[in-house]
Formats: sequence, C-alpha cells, structure tokens
Amino acid sequence: MCFTPSNKALSFVFICFLFTLAACQDGSSDSVEAEDTPADVQEAEDAEDLDEEQIPVGILHSLSGTMAMSETSVRDSELLAIEEINDNGGVLGKELVPIIEDGASDWPTFAERADKLLQEDEVPVIFGGWTSASRKAMQPVVEGHNGLLFYPVQYEGMEASPNIFYNGAAPNQQITPAIDWLMEEKGDDIFLIGSDYVFPRIANQAVNEQVEDAGGTIVEEQYTPLDHTDYNTIIARIREADPDVIFNTLNGDSNVAFFKQLYDAGITADEIPVLSVSVAEEEVQGIGSEVIEGHYASWNYYQSLGTDENIEFVERFQETYGEDRVVGDPIEAGYFMVHLWAKAVEEAGTTDTDEVRKAADGIEFAAPGGPVEINGENQHVSKTVRIGEVQEDGQFEQVWKSDEPVEPDPFLEEYDWASGLSEIVTDED
Amino acid sequence: MEAILLQLFNGLSLGSILLLIALGLAITFGLMNVINMAHGELIMIGAYAAYVVQLLFLTYLPEGMFSWYFIFALPASFLLAAFFGWLLELSVIRHLYGRPLDSLLATFGAGLILQQLARTIFGAPNVGVQSPTFLAGTIEIFTLSIPASRLFILLLVAACVGFMFYYFYKTKSGMRIRAVMQNRKMASSLGINTRRVDSTTFAIGAGFAGVAGTVLTLIGPIGPTLGTAYIVDAFMVVVVGGVGMLIGTVASALGIGMFNTIFEYVTNASMGRVLVFILIILVLQWRPNGLFHLRTRSLD
Repeated sequence: MCFTPSNKALSFVFICFLFTLAACQDGSSDSVEAEDTPADVQEAEDAEDLDEEQIPVGILHSLSGTMAMSETSVRDSELLAIEEINDNGGVLGKELVPIIEDGASDWPTFAERADKLLQEDEVPVIFGGWTSASRKAMQPVVEGHNGLLFYPVQYEGMEASPNIFYNGAAPNQQITPAIDWLMEEKGDDIFLIGSDYVFPRIANQAVNEQVEDAGGTIVEEQYTPLDHTDYNTIIARIREADPDVIFNTLNGDSNVAFFKQLYDAGITADEIPVLSVSVAEEEVQGIGSEVIEGHYASWNYYQSLGTDENIEFVERFQETYGEDRVVGDPIEAGYFMVHLWAKAVEEAGTTDTDEVRKAADGIEFAAPGGPVEINGENQHVSKTVRIGEVQEDGQFEQVWKSDEPVEPDPFLEEYDWASGLSEIVTDED
Repeated sequence: MEAILLQLFNGLSLGSILLLIALGLAITFGLMNVINMAHGELIMIGAYAAYVVQLLFLTYLPEGMFSWYFIFALPASFLLAAFFGWLLELSVIRHLYGRPLDSLLATFGAGLILQQLARTIFGAPNVGVQSPTFLAGTIEIFTLSIPASRLFILLLVAACVGFMFYYFYKTKSGMRIRAVMQNRKMASSLGINTRRVDSTTFAIGAGFAGVAGTVLTLIGPIGPTLGTAYIVDAFMVVVVGGVGMLIGTVASALGIGMFNTIFEYVTNASMGRVLVFILIILVLQWRPNGLFHLRTRSLD
C-alpha cells in the first residue's frame, strides 16, 4: 500500500485525535467520577479559586492505572468525611475545599503532584497514598516543604517520618496478632506466600522470627511477581509441603488468580485455611465469595461490624455512592483520618504543621471500627485488631478481636524476637 | 513421579493459556504486521462480555440454567471483541498499514481509551465472575487430580487452533487472507478486495482475543487493566514462534509454558521468569526470525 502525503497527514491527525482523547479520558477521570462525589462538597481546581473563609486540603490517590481499583474508594470516603466536617461548621469556622490530584499509579507522579499541592496550592495537609512505594515517593516532598501527609493503609512498619501520620495498621496491629491466632487455632506449620516487593518481604522477616520464637515452622516461603497469574506450580508446592495454614501477603490482582486456582485445585478452607492481610471486602467481590468463603483476613475494620458508628458510616457511604458499594479497612481509615486531622487542627487553633503535630498527640475519634487515638511519639494510631472469616455473601464475620485498641509499635520494640529486625531494615534502606 | 506428571500437566496448561492469549495476536501482529498494543484490551472486552452475560443469566433466567451462561459467553465475547476490533481497524489501523511504529502508538492510545471506558462503565474495582458449576472441582486421571477448568481450557484451545488451521489453510476466505498478507499487490491484481480482507482479518484476530478474555475469567481477575498483565506474554509468544507462522505460535506457547513451569518449580516464580527470558534471548540469537520462519521472495 502506498501512502500519499495527504494520507500521512490524515493518519497523523488521527493519532493526535487519539492521544487527545486518551489524555482527556485520563484527565477527566475526576470530573467523570465527580458525578458520584457528595453533591455539597465543593471542589477546587487549584487554590486560586478560594477565599479567606476556606481551607484547601489535598487528596492524592491513583484515580487511573492499576491501583485505581483500590484507591478511588478511599478518595470517596475522604470526601465523605470532608462533607461531614463542613456540615458541622468546618474547621476553625472555615470550609474545607478538597483539591483532588491523580497519582496515576506512578510513584514519580505522586511526588510531583504532592509537590504541586504543597507549593502551588499551599494545602496544609495531603490525604493520600496506598502502596508503600507511593508513600516513600511522597515522603521527601512533604519533609522538604514541612507539610503533612495522612496515609490510610496498613504497611510493613519500620518507619516514622515527622511529616507523616500513619493511620493504617502497623505490623503489631495486624500481622503479629494474626500469626499468634493462627498458631493457636490452626496449627504450627505455616506456608508463606507473597508478592515479590518490599512489604511482603519485610513483613515475612518478622513473621519468620515470630514463628520460630513461638516454636512453629515455616514450611516454605514463596514470592511471585506482582501481576503473576499462574499459581499451579505454587499450588503443587503447597500440596507437597502440606502446611496447616497459608499466610498470604499477595497484593492486588494476584489474589484473584491465587484463590480461584486454589479453589479449582480442590484445596478447601477446611483443609488448608489461608489468612490474608491485603484482601478486604472489595477484593472479595473481585475474587468471588464462593471461591474464598471460609478463608480468613486480619484487619482493624469490617463492614459487618455492628457498632452504631459503623452502621451509620456504611449507611451514609452507600447512600452517597450507591447501594452496591462495599467498604473496607483502608476506606474506613481514609474516613477517620480526615476527622483526626480536623480535630488536631481545632486543638492547635491553626493549620500550621508544627502546631498540628504537637496538638495531635492523644487526639481521639470514635471511628466506625472502634475508638482510635493518635500516638504522638510515632504518629501512628492505636486501633482494635480483628480477624474475620469470609461468609457466603462476601462479608467478613469477626471471629476474634483484641480486648482493647492495640498501641502502635511500628518498630516492634516490644517484642524480643524482633530485636534484630529494625537494624536489618534500616541498613537496607 | 506423580509430582513430575503434575508439573508436566501444569506446563501444558500454562502453555495452552499462553497460546490462547496469543492466538488473536498471531493474526493481527503475525499475519497483518500491526503492532497491536490494544490486544490486551480486546481480551478485557471479552472478559467483561462474560461478566455481562453472567449478569443477564442471573437476572432473567432460573437458577438451574446459570452454568450455561459460559457457553453463551464464548460466542458473545467473540462477536463483541470482533466488533471493537473492526471499529478499531476502520477508524485507526487502516490508515497505518506498513507503518508499524505509528500503529504501535495509536493502538496503545486506543487501549488506554478502552481501559478508561471500562472503568467508567463498570467501575474501577475488579468484578467477580462465578465459574460454571460443571468446571468446578477436579477430575481424576490415573492418579492425578487435575482441575476441571484447566482441562477444559486445554481442550478449548485445541479446538480453537484446529479451527484456525482449517480456516486459514482449507477455506477460500482463509486462503484469500493469506494471499493478501503474503503479497498484497498480486492478490489485489487477481481481483481480491484487499480492503475487505484487512478488516475481516483484524476482526477475527480481535474475536479470538475476546474468547481468551472469557476463558481467563475462570482463572484470573476481571478488571479494566486486565489486559496489561497478558500483553507482554502474548507478544513474547508470537515473536518467539516466528511472525506470520501459526505453527510457530503453537510451538512457542507450549515451549514457553513448559520451560516456565519447570524453571519455576526448580527455582521460584520471580527467578523462573528471569530464566525464561534468558532462554528467549538465546533462542532469538540463534533464530532471529523466531522458531519458524516463512520464506518469501517479497521485499518487506
């Protein structure tokens, strides 16, 4: 086929058209999804639209790319909290105006957008992040501008930046109690499976120490690349090793492939139960509840909790975003961390970072998952640990919970078996 | 012994899945030389087609009929993906024949659009598709217990490959396609409508991607970015097999599946993947045009 100049020009126009479309699609994801954001939260493109009586706050999550499936819901719950605060008179008598940026599942983009929010929009706080990689990308930026980042997801611990408040579980609020529970209830032979990146590997270092200390055995430890989709070989290994229980730190889509193929291979939850730390209500929907029924997860919050705060929260979330939506632990953390920040600002009387940090110690909130309190020393929150079992309807039923909120211990200093860990990790950094 | 047999089956099974995701690409990239980066998104369309058919069955038909949704989902996904492929060819690709780099960029953009479209329609989180009951559980063959879904995939892929060989080598329209792809001018001077052949061929390739999407709902996640997990594997299979050779695609898919499983078994998943790529680099050093190569006198 031969190409005349006009033909070439035409195709060039087509490509341009395509890319503009693609760009629009990406860029407009805010406005597309804005339809289901709470009607009475006013959003701003940048801080210039604001007047004296308004406080801009940054929201920075992946609204496109592979992490969008998890992070968009956290954005939704943060907006819900902002709406609630504004309905109750705002913060320091001023209205909160969210400025939403898209991290696009790309860590340099997170750093760049965080920089834009802090420098151009001069937001006093950013609510955002999900993966540890995105947090680590934003860390130098918020530290450089002396800004604040509220981070909503459980993570591997071993970190305490003065500019970050960690609202997800530290290892001792999720993993350590889960291992204790497993060894007590399910058996001592544990098979570790995880995605091949920082969180599972560091988390499993601690698990190894803990299990050894308690007299159990790690029968095997396997990692698969993120996005891995074929688990037949791993399942063959599981059959051979015949563990009492599988401890699962797989992340993202791999969970779907793993659970479906485990189910197809005829390994039931009665035979070898799996306890996961990255599978919440939304992931269960994607996996299919019949496939994962009877397996366990460890979190601080489940949608099925019967507390008044939770029933109200779930009702409001579904009223705003649709009856078919589910909530989960990081979504709840995204919700309460906005409230925690607002309370800390009220306490400090200003949005200044240093003042807010000082005032934050001991700030409490009755979150849907039980009371939470900021620990001023390591800037994590104390929260209740809960183990849940997946039910037929895709919800978790709580089978164990800690008697009271557990104090955060990101460096596992309270545990003798963990004494060698923090040095290893700091060295690797 | 049992473990070895099971691993052999696992290798075969992985090979069949690789072959399935590469079949459509073997046509669009292999035969037509379009670097179709939207192939993964055509797979995704097939997966969502299965999801929609499942929803329709859940809503409108009695529960006993539910498992049959899968039988309907296969042709539905083929048609839907073929339709999108046809649209893509009509609007973008036909202006870019003979310009592989441009088509790479354009189809990549089209893929992003399709991803965002899926996100807008179905939402960002993964959706669940329930496997039909007749594919649940395991089947005992000799002493091995093999997942029924894996066996089904194997048979389905064999059927697809058989159909493709029959179509391309025995039917008139299949031979017309090969004629156009091998020597466009001569085919055209013999009275073949090359324009129509182009659009049909691309639609067929897209259709096979759709079927792959439906089948993948049995074993993997269904979300807007589903395609990105498979696109590299699909290109890998076609390139190693030899561009333009169906038999090469079959051989390379089974070979890669087998070696990947073996490597993963003796080392681990991450290392196994590295070893497979090293092997592929070596193979391509040895045979730069892939395992099988079509000898022609035409100047490309």
